[in-house]
Amino acid sequence: MTRISVTVDGVRYDDDVEPRTLLVYYLRERLGKVGTVVGCDTSNCGACTVLMAGPDSSPVAVKSCNVLAVQADRHQITTIEGLSDHGGPQHPLQQAFHDRHALQCGFCTPGMILASVDLLAENPDPTDEEIRTGLEGNLCRCTGYQNIVRAVHDAAAAMRANGATVPAARPAADASQPAAEEVPA
Amino acid sequence: MTVTDDRPAAEVGSARRRKEDARLITGRTNWTENLTLPGMLHLAILRSPVAHARIASIDVAPALREAGVVAVFTGRDIADAQGSLPCAWPVTADIVHPDHPALAVEEVRHAGEAVAVVVARDRASALDALAAIEVDYDPLPVVLDMEAALAEGADLVHADKGTNASYTWIYDSAQAGSGGSVEQARADAEVVIRRRYRQQRLIPAFMEPRSVVVDPTGDQVTVWSATQIPHILRFLLAVITGTPEHKVRVIAPDVGGGFGGKLQVTAEEMIAFVIAQRLGRPVKYTESRSESLLSAHHGRDQIQDLELSAKRDGTVLGLHVKLLANMGAYLGIVTPGVPLLGAFMYNAIYKFAAYRFECTGVFTNTTLTDAYRGAGRPEATFAIERIMDELAVELGMDPIELRRRNWIGTGEFPFNTVAGLTYDSGNYEAATDKALALLGYDELRAEQARRRESHDPVQLGIGVSTYTEMCGLAPSRVLGALRYGAGGWEHASVRLLPTGKVEVVTGTSPHGQGHETAWSQIVADQLGVGFDDVEVLHGDTRTSVRGLDTYGSRSLAVGGIALVEACRKVVDKAKPIAAHMLECDVSDLEFTGGSFRVRGNPDGGRTLADCALAVFAAHDLPDGIEPSLDADATYDPVNFSFPHGTHLCAVEVDTDTGRVGIRSYVAVDDVGLVVNPLIVEGQVHGGVAQGIGQALYEEAVYDADGNLVTGTLVDYLVPSAADLPNLVTDRTETAAPGHPLGVKGVGEAGAIAATPAVVNAIVDALRPYGVNDVPMPCTPERIWRAIRDAGAAGAAGSGEAQEGGEQS
Amino acid sequence: MIPAWFDYANPSTVDEAVSALAEGGEDAKALAGGQSLIPLLRLRMAAPALLVDLGSIDELRGVREEDDDIVIGAMTTHAALLADPLVRAYAPVLVDAVATVADRQVRHRGTFGGSLSHADPAGDMPAAAVAADATLEVAGPSGRRSVAAADFFVDYLTTALQPGELLVAVRVPKRPGWGSEYLKFNRVAQAWAMVGVAATVRRDNGTIAEARVALTNMGPTPVRALAVEQALSGVPATRDAITAAAAQAGEGTRPSSDVSASAEYRLHLAGVLTGRAVAAAAGLTD
Repeated sequence: MTRISVTVDGVRYDDDVEPRTLLVYYLRERLGKVGTVVGCDTSNCGACTVLMAGPDSSPVAVKSCNVLAVQADRHQITTIEGLSDHGGPQHPLQQAFHDRHALQCGFCTPGMILASVDLLAENPDPTDEEIRTGLEGNLCRCTGYQNIVRAVHDAAAAMRANGATVPAARPAADASQPAAEEVPA
Repeated sequence: MTVTDDRPAAEVGSARRRKEDARLITGRTNWTENLTLPGMLHLAILRSPVAHARIASIDVAPALREAGVVAVFTGRDIADAQGSLPCAWPVTADIVHPDHPALAVEEVRHAGEAVAVVVARDRASALDALAAIEVDYDPLPVVLDMEAALAEGADLVHADKGTNASYTWIYDSAQAGSGGSVEQARADAEVVIRRRYRQQRLIPAFMEPRSVVVDPTGDQVTVWSATQIPHILRFLLAVITGTPEHKVRVIAPDVGGGFGGKLQVTAEEMIAFVIAQRLGRPVKYTESRSESLLSAHHGRDQIQDLELSAKRDGTVLGLHVKLLANMGAYLGIVTPGVPLLGAFMYNAIYKFAAYRFECTGVFTNTTLTDAYRGAGRPEATFAIERIMDELAVELGMDPIELRRRNWIGTGEFPFNTVAGLTYDSGNYEAATDKALALLGYDELRAEQARRRESHDPVQLGIGVSTYTEMCGLAPSRVLGALRYGAGGWEHASVRLLPTGKVEVVTGTSPHGQGHETAWSQIVADQLGVGFDDVEVLHGDTRTSVRGLDTYGSRSLAVGGIALVEACRKVVDKAKPIAAHMLECDVSDLEFTGGSFRVRGNPDGGRTLADCALAVFAAHDLPDGIEPSLDADATYDPVNFSFPHGTHLCAVEVDTDTGRVGIRSYVAVDDVGLVVNPLIVEGQVHGGVAQGIGQALYEEAVYDADGNLVTGTLVDYLVPSAADLPNLVTDRTETAAPGHPLGVKGVGEAGAIAATPAVVNAIVDALRPYGVNDVPMPCTPERIWRAIRDAGAAGAAGSGEAQEGGEQS
Repeated sequence: MIPAWFDYANPSTVDEAVSALAEGGEDAKALAGGQSLIPLLRLRMAAPALLVDLGSIDELRGVREEDDDIVIGAMTTHAALLADPLVRAYAPVLVDAVATVADRQVRHRGTFGGSLSHADPAGDMPAAAVAADATLEVAGPSGRRSVAAADFFVDYLTTALQPGELLVAVRVPKRPGWGSEYLKFNRVAQAWAMVGVAATVRRDNGTIAEARVALTNMGPTPVRALAVEQALSGVPATRDAITAAAAQAGEGTRPSSDVSASAEYRLHLAGVLTGRAVAAAAGLTD
């Protein structure tokens, strides 16, 4: 067993883990962070994507099935549960995914959202093509990605207008449709 | 009084954002794999590494000694309890239907078949112990090719059955009385086109791996499973194992996609069900992606031989289809019937005079096939749309024009087809005109001509797919006539809580389709309650006491009607109570905007909430009135639902490398009126993505030994956002007659339409090179070879394209 | 799904890592970014008894200038390589190649040294390293040594690293003014290369003075297309001349046939892509 100290969604956890424990299983089974899921065994699908920051590196998207828990020692992890406070306003990407119907079954969604957070952190004003290429590591079988691309665009615009950590103003509603709704807590 | 039953104004039709999202975008989803129960044990499955062998011996003793291992089971240990996994659709009276043990007992017949099960305290220990099990396999001959499997003296998948043919099923319009004879059509024809097409084997590849938890410790045996069919699963588990049905509870928690791939009674569910009861402790099994690709059922895999008879002016006369359908090694829940669902659709939207369909189901030593999005209809639509393009080329006619000449006109509905169906409604002209405009068809044809003229190494192709499909499964009598084991009705119940909130219980089982939202919209309009005042419950057989679950684009088409009828019954039950409260006669009441009012008196109405509170207290109800507004309805459809559409695809083909880029994709679909345009559009997007996947990327490949080569997502190519184009989607709306909301099914339409649109475009791009077909998936290499081989054939002076099988 | 058990060492210096690897012998594997290794462990296609994590060794990180070279630490992630101004300025073929590796998430963890040491024939970085004339600096029980990239890749998943050795840094000569391109042909965006071509070109006004061309997945190791390089030397920088030279891309290659592509098609692609990559590296736009 190896001792690790990992901060996840702002809370520090000290645990003994088998070295072979994957970060995703540590998150799910030791910490109860079941928002992060396992979709494949070859790091293709990206459903397990979380944000990972080191002692001297800023948060970047990683596939938590492809990181050992022991490699996360002294790192900070943000999962989908940590993206916004429970009961509080949603992150602009969460809001945009909701408004644009960018999810159906929801299995790929946490990973897709966190990958999008990372994409926009590096490129705050991406083109469609840059969004599609930026999300090449996240597979979705339900949506055909069309609305995901729209959502990332909307969120990017909202984040540019309001600053990255402030929840976005509601995206402009199409006159023929009801106003975008706040996601109920 | 009137319940508003013409086109509703408020909720239905509006782009409501989904209630489901709240938990899905915050990671609060209830996947089966999340479940942990006290004392729960984990299962790991040892799977056959060979495609066909006798199990000579299994030694589990070394595995039992491994740390954390509680038990190890082989097929012999549970042979009686596990019974045989079901096929609920034996399509002919003489169908060859072999036993299908969940855990193999004497013989394995496909790579990946379950051979032994380790039960351990934790998942890692269970997986570790698999390597310690010693299995001796005596290899048997492997049968992979369908035509070889049917040949005289072929090796057998099931030696005791004496044949690899499971069934032969025929529909002949002359015999059925729905049209003429194909022989006559051929005789009358001026043009006869013959083609062979291959529907490659696909894998549904839902993103959530299958998972099952069984808890035998309660009064009922509770099964949580990532399934599309909780009701059907409950029924079949009881029937097969003898566990009394009322002692079984099945729960589909949140399910991460299905696409038909979770429409199954799986070996893993049966294994968990039996072992949990054997041990008296909860057990969990979650598959890895590799296991899923290998052993969750596959889709498609057909060889299609078509003969189309027509006149020189383009009028089609007859269509003769011969199909070989790969069953795999066993028959799954609807395996033999999947080709039959397509049987009625090869004639498509065209007015054929004669039609004959023959299908043989063939066993091979591969994973069983079963439903995958479209289930029989994508295969049919592909074949007819491809061969119509071939006819167009043969006649020198624009492919759109050829279709116009033959399709059913708007004024001709309802239309009795040569395949014995009655199409309810449609407007192929409007959808096609809209699609052509959105694509910029004429401009693209002009560009195509310019590129051909200049011998541009990047060629342009345009493909069309005009489809209709039969969904909304299904009228029970028709299912019975087809020997399907269940009915096609659906159930809904609506109950008014005393505070005026509404609980809806649906027999459908959504796994991404947004029923909680769409059903709330329907109920809100029907009952005049707020969208957020409705709670939709599903997926748990304790709560949803009857239903036939979700597949075949049936939930709204059938389940929606049950829901509307249940709502109407609620209003009817409330009428006398409202009249009593308003001290008037029932005939003086009208119900609009959620209130009962005396006609002509705009004040002083009573809402359903008022009535609900009144029945809760029951202090002052009219005599003989039951103190309840709750109602349910079970609806059996009288016909299938026939959405239709026109999809157009423009591709660029780099002839130096064979790479295809989709330049534009336009989908105009008519799914009748819509409850939620966002959800409808999303279903089209997802279906089209899978259709493009079949056209360009996906294939489940077996090697000569029967090993699945495409066993991980490295090799089974599910497309990402970077691999798919921007999709332009639009709709026309031709109301479905006979549906109170005028809606049709949509879940599979995109997958049905898209594949031939893409392949037709690719072939169109390559016609100048003498190419008339590219087998799917149309990889760059296949395209490069098609060009090269056609060029070689041309250079050799044959003057005719060689690809794609015989021509007329 | 879950790796078999392994012991774990987390050294903080190169010497400690070397000792741990030497002690573990054949049953020890170095863990760099893990993006190639961890999937193998999960599929139980590899089951080392000891994993030596290089993640805490500072010496292995960073990119620096050293006279006429840049020196890239073996644990430099793909993402860091992609963003590094020195690499972009002096060895852009590495940037061109690394931009195509996998996806963003994998690039955040995967390392330059890791992918070179793993030596997957379909990996992009080995060919790029060959085209960049890289020298690989190795540390082992007997001390440090340098290996030319062309000699480092020995066979399928096999490098010149001996037991106990690990890659410490990659030294690349500065090539200011050279044009570069990496073309990767794959079936879907995150897929491995079916064929890849790394090309760097030094122009002398209207002619090609010299070039380096290396191919991905045309054999068990990256293949330097010497015949193409020789054919390019001194030719005018035109499409026709480049295409003619590129026709020899297949020389010296041993492409395999697999589920992704046949050998015959790979040979064809190699010719087409080499022409396109060299043309781009020569600054020809269309």
